[in-house]
This record gives sequence, C-alpha cells and structure tokens, in this order.
Amino acid sequence: MKQVIGAALVAVTAAICAGGASAQSPTLAQVKSRSILHCGSGTGLAGFGIPDQQGNWSGMDVDVCRAVASAIFNDPTKVKFIPLSAKDRFTSLQSGEVDLLSRTTTWTISRDTALGLNFAGINYYDGQGFMVRKKLGIDSVLKLAGASICTQQGTTTELNLADYFRSNKIKYEVVAFASNQETVKAYEAGRCDAFTTDASGLYAERLTLSNPEDHMVLPEIISKEPLGPVVRHGDDVWLDIVKWSLFAMINAEELGITKANADQMLKSDNPEIKRFVGTEGKFGEPMGLTNDWAYRIVKHVGNYGESFERNVGAGSLLKIARGQNALWSKGGLQYAPPIR
Amino acid sequence: MSTTSAEIKPGKASLLYDPKIRGYVYQFLLLAVVGFLIWSAASNAIENLRAQKIASGFGFWHNASGFDINQKLVPYDASSGTYGRAFWVGLLNTLLVASIGIVLSTFLGFFVGVARLSSNWIVSKIAMIYVEVIRNVPLLLQLFFWYNAVLKPLPNPRQSIELPAGALLNNRGLYVPDPQFGPGGSLIIWAFLIGIVATFVFRSWARKQQAATGRQYPTGWVGFGLIVILPVLVYFATGRPITFVYPELAGFNLRGGIQIFPEFVALLIGLTTYTAGFIAEVVRAGILAVSKGQTEASHALGLRPGPTLKLVVIPQAMRVIIPPLTSNYLNLTKNSSLAVAIGYPDLVQVFTGTVLNQTGQAVEVVAITMAVYLTISLVTSLFMNIYNKRMALVER
Repeated sequence: MKQVIGAALVAVTAAICAGGASAQSPTLAQVKSRSILHCGSGTGLAGFGIPDQQGNWSGMDVDVCRAVASAIFNDPTKVKFIPLSAKDRFTSLQSGEVDLLSRTTTWTISRDTALGLNFAGINYYDGQGFMVRKKLGIDSVLKLAGASICTQQGTTTELNLADYFRSNKIKYEVVAFASNQETVKAYEAGRCDAFTTDASGLYAERLTLSNPEDHMVLPEIISKEPLGPVVRHGDDVWLDIVKWSLFAMINAEELGITKANADQMLKSDNPEIKRFVGTEGKFGEPMGLTNDWAYRIVKHVGNYGESFERNVGAGSLLKIARGQNALWSKGGLQYAPPIR
Repeated sequence: MSTTSAEIKPGKASLLYDPKIRGYVYQFLLLAVVGFLIWSAASNAIENLRAQKIASGFGFWHNASGFDINQKLVPYDASSGTYGRAFWVGLLNTLLVASIGIVLSTFLGFFVGVARLSSNWIVSKIAMIYVEVIRNVPLLLQLFFWYNAVLKPLPNPRQSIELPAGALLNNRGLYVPDPQFGPGGSLIIWAFLIGIVATFVFRSWARKQQAATGRQYPTGWVGFGLIVILPVLVYFATGRPITFVYPELAGFNLRGGIQIFPEFVALLIGLTTYTAGFIAEVVRAGILAVSKGQTEASHALGLRPGPTLKLVVIPQAMRVIIPPLTSNYLNLTKNSSLAVAIGYPDLVQVFTGTVLNQTGQAVEVVAITMAVYLTISLVTSLFMNIYNKRMALVER
C-alpha cells in the first residue's frame, strides 16, 4: 500500500512538474538564457524600423520588440534586430532564427494557418497605395493602363496588384524586386511609372527620393493591410507575451499612462491602473513575467499613442494622421481587451 | 614485419585481417553513418514541420498563384496561373538567358583568348586588361553596373530612341517589330530549315570528296545560298506573306512589337562578359598547350597563319579546352540565379522568391530548385562529354 501511495505521489509530482513546464514558454526560456531578444525587423523603413547612424533602431515595429524586451528584462535595449527582406522573413521565423517578427507584415489567413505562424495583434492599420511622378498628370490608379509598376516580391502587395488590375480589366506590367531598396531605386531610375506598397511605406519612401516634391501618392487605397507582430506556432505562452505587450501599450494610452507619468501611476487609487502597473493582482506570473511587466513597457517605451506620434505622427518627418489607428474611443480601430 | 612467410597461409587468415573484408566493413560503416545523418536530418525536419503545423507536401503545385510575371515564354497570368505554371515560366527564363549566354560567351571568349595571344601589342594588352578586370570584380557588382548602365541613360517611352527597321529603345526595354505570318508564311520557315539541313549534307559530302579526290568546293557560298537566298526567294514567290506589327506609343508605354526587358539585357551582358573572361583564359591555355613544333611544321608545309590556326592548332587545343569549358558553362547557368538582384524573373526569383514566400514551404521549394539546377548541370555535362569523346585523341 505504501508503495502504491509512493508511486501515486511520484506520478502526481511528475504531472505537476510537467504541467508547470508546459506553462513555461520554451521561447521565453531561450530568450532569458541568452539574455537578448532576437527580433526580425525590416531592412530599413522610416517610421517602422530603421537604424540611425549609431545603429540604434527606431520605429513603430521596433517599439513592439522593445516593449517585449522591457517586459522580460526591464531593459528595452536587450534586443538584437535582424534585418529580413520580405521574402526571407517567414523562413527565418519558422526556423527559429528570430523569436518574433515585427516588420510591417500583413495578417492573412494563409500566413496565420498554413505557414505555421500566429499573429499577435495589429499595431498598424494600413492599406495599399500607389506613388507616381506628378508630371504623368494622372489622378487615379484606373488611369495607369499599360503602365509598368514596381513592387517588392513575396508581399501581399504583389497579389493585391494582380487582383486589382485584373478585376478592373487594366493591362499593366509588373517588375518585382527582392528588396524594398532595389524597388525604390528602379522606380527612381524610371524603370516604372508607379511604385506600390502600403500607404505608410509610400510616405516613408517618398522622403528618401532625391526630389520628394516630384512624386505624389494616388488617392485610391486598394486593400486592407492589417500589420502586426508574428510568432511561431507551438508556443502559446510566448504568443500571449507578445500579444499582451502590444495590448499593454494600447491600454496605457486609454488609461492615460505615459512614459512621463508612469512612476506616479504606481501610487494611483484607480483599480484599472493598479492592475495595469501591477500593484494589484498577479497578471504577469501566468506568462512567466513579473507583475509589473506592463509598467515596465510604458516606463521604457511609452504608450501606443506616444510611439505613434514619435515614429510616424506629428513628431516625425512622416506626419501621418492617426486616422484608423486612433483609439476606438476616438473614432479609430485600436482596441485592446482589458487587463483583469 | 615480424611474421615470417611460413606463418601466413593464403585463405586461412582471420577475417579480421582480410583487407578485402575490412574494406567492405569500412565502406558499409561509412554508408551507414551517411545514411543515418540524412535520415535523421529528414525525420527531424518532418517532425518539426508537423509540430508547428506548417503545411507540407507538393499539393501547392496546382494552387492558384495570384501574382504576375512580366517576362514569360509560355502563356501565364495571375487569374489562371498556378504555382506549377509559375515554376515553368521561371525555368524557361533561366534556360533562355543561360543558353543565349553560353553561345555569346563562347564566341566572345574565343575571340578574346585568341586576341590575347596576338602578336599585335595593343590587341593583346587590351585583351589582357579585359580578362583581368572582368575576372577580378564580383559578378553581382557587374550585374548592378550593367543594370544601371543599361537603365539610367535611356529615355522614357515618350522620348524613345528610334533605331533602324522600326525598333525603339527606352528605359522599359528594346521593342522590335513583331513578325506576323500570313498564309504561306510557314513555307518560308520550312525553306529556312531545309536550307540548314541541306547545307550540312553538302558540307559533309564536300569533305568526303576532298578527302577522296583533293577537290575543294565553295561550301560557304552554297551555304549562304541555301540558308539566306532560298527563304528570300520563297518569301517573294508566296507574295510577301510576312507583315510586321510595329511598336507605337499608347498611354505610358509602347504597344505592339516584341519587348526585350532591360533586366534580361543587363543579366545577359553581365553573364556573357564575365564568363567570356574565364573562357578566354581556357582558350589561351588550350592553344599554348599545342607545341610550337606543330605550328612550325604547318608553316613548313606552306599553310598560312589562318589555316594553321583553324586546321592544326585549334583541333588539338580543343582537347584541352573542352573539359574546363564545360565547367564554365555550368558556372554561367548557376550564376544566372543572381538575376534575383536585378529583378529578372528567373527560376530562383520566381520560385524560391515569390512562390516560397506565398506558400511558406521552404523545404519543398528549395529541394525542387536544387534538383532542377542539378538536372540542368548534369545534362549540360552529358552533352559536353559526348562532344569531348568525339574530339578526343584517337590513338592509332
């Protein structure tokens, strides 16, 4: 009998340990053991992810990586940015070269399912647009009949382009390049009449052209491009960590918690803020984080609105309006589930 | 060697010391290790794909592709195209640039190789500078150079440069008139093909006659008559059935005519000039391998330098030239995958670029692409080996 109880005890202990282990994220454990987050970023797109002369990355997508690093390490600099072209990005993530992919990636069903990936949310609502030279004298995509159009291969852009021109029965010629830089260079060299990518990307790339004033963005937005961070299948806790890091930024804006006032908020009596900064409840522990994880994110990176204004909004060269990316309470689409 | 011969009895040595058995055992062990490595890598990949629920298998081949490709030798469009079809489009584009590149680089390489041995100081130095510059600059940089050199100076379609015979040149490419064959037009093509075959038959007949009787026939003139004059006569006899569709400005771009894309031109020039630099050295080595006595003997027999080169030196040099020439052909074909850098839709750009990214099936796509390049290389080697056998020294 004693032996049976002993055996049962061993089994139960083993089950608990196994259960505990499964709640632990293997990706998180790996990130912690190498004490740096490997983040797949773009090859340089102003406002979303671009290194400066000192090699410091900044941008909307970069801030998501910094938020995750802040939540884990309480240090937004513990991120190694690995530049990936559009066509290499998924293979890198699938193979484990990066822990997280945050580089203007459109959420689609095939990427979410067949590619073995999970999207952790939407950090920018975008749509595909077209840039042309002003001297062409056109005001609509529909007038691009017979035009050569430069695009980046392996993107949803390439597919939307084919769909749109086919459904409008317009003939065109596609010239597809492997990287964004080559695409823009070819457009600038006159190889193409138009350059197409996400509208935010068009405004960013226009600034890099030698004479930005000679180019204009056409009014049509031909697609939905919900951009967000991506992780691999098979690590649900890691998905939670990335998802809630993004949600924490959005919630912080809604609650009025900013980089500047985060420390004061630790003394707040508001129960919502108390749960957010971790003075009430234990919301970080189930993810394998500390309970002040969300406070750390705002303290180091700021809230979503701050990130937006700094990188693509009024505080940047791009001057993009909040539009669809305003909070839901202000007529936009940004909405995060509550922390409770 | 302490054992004496008396102790060793043939056939009675322990199996452990039998060199033949030992050899088999080691080979078997090596095979087992290699096999195990391959098996474990494959099963590991399959296991990981399954764990992450990534789609696998070749089912994607028939799925709709949904993207367009500008240069296509077979009909293809985004609405009806499949990934499989896109594969063939890419493969044909690869074969097109590789086959034209092989022909052009052979001519250019032979020319430069012979020029480098020229007794004319300027000619040989120019050839030397060409070879040294081309061989010592990375091909990728040369491709970027050619792409920008081809693209930048050309005007936009509205200010196209007009070339003879109705061809137009601008930064969208070279547009040449598109021939349309009316009734009877196919006869001209047949006349052309018959002309080629007849020329070959006449040449081999003329050679045999020369070997038997020593009489020479004007093979060049007869060939010209059969290949050029005959189709022209048929053209007029059938009432000039070929009409041309000329490219003309319509909207932003030109319409009509055959468009040759700048990406193709840049890649072709880059591959041709680069490989020609290597072929030139192979040719030079081959010619220098033929001993000087051969040339002197030929001169002593009264042959002028031209026929000496053509009849005595080159046939012997070919035996040295062909094997390294084959590997240069293979290099050119494989280097054509650098097309991805300048937006030419070759196999790698279309298939391991867009298709891989849209399907996410890296293992299958890369395996297919590797198998294709392997096949192309093996087929090229096969033909070159057959040619090599024919050219090889026949010992008497």
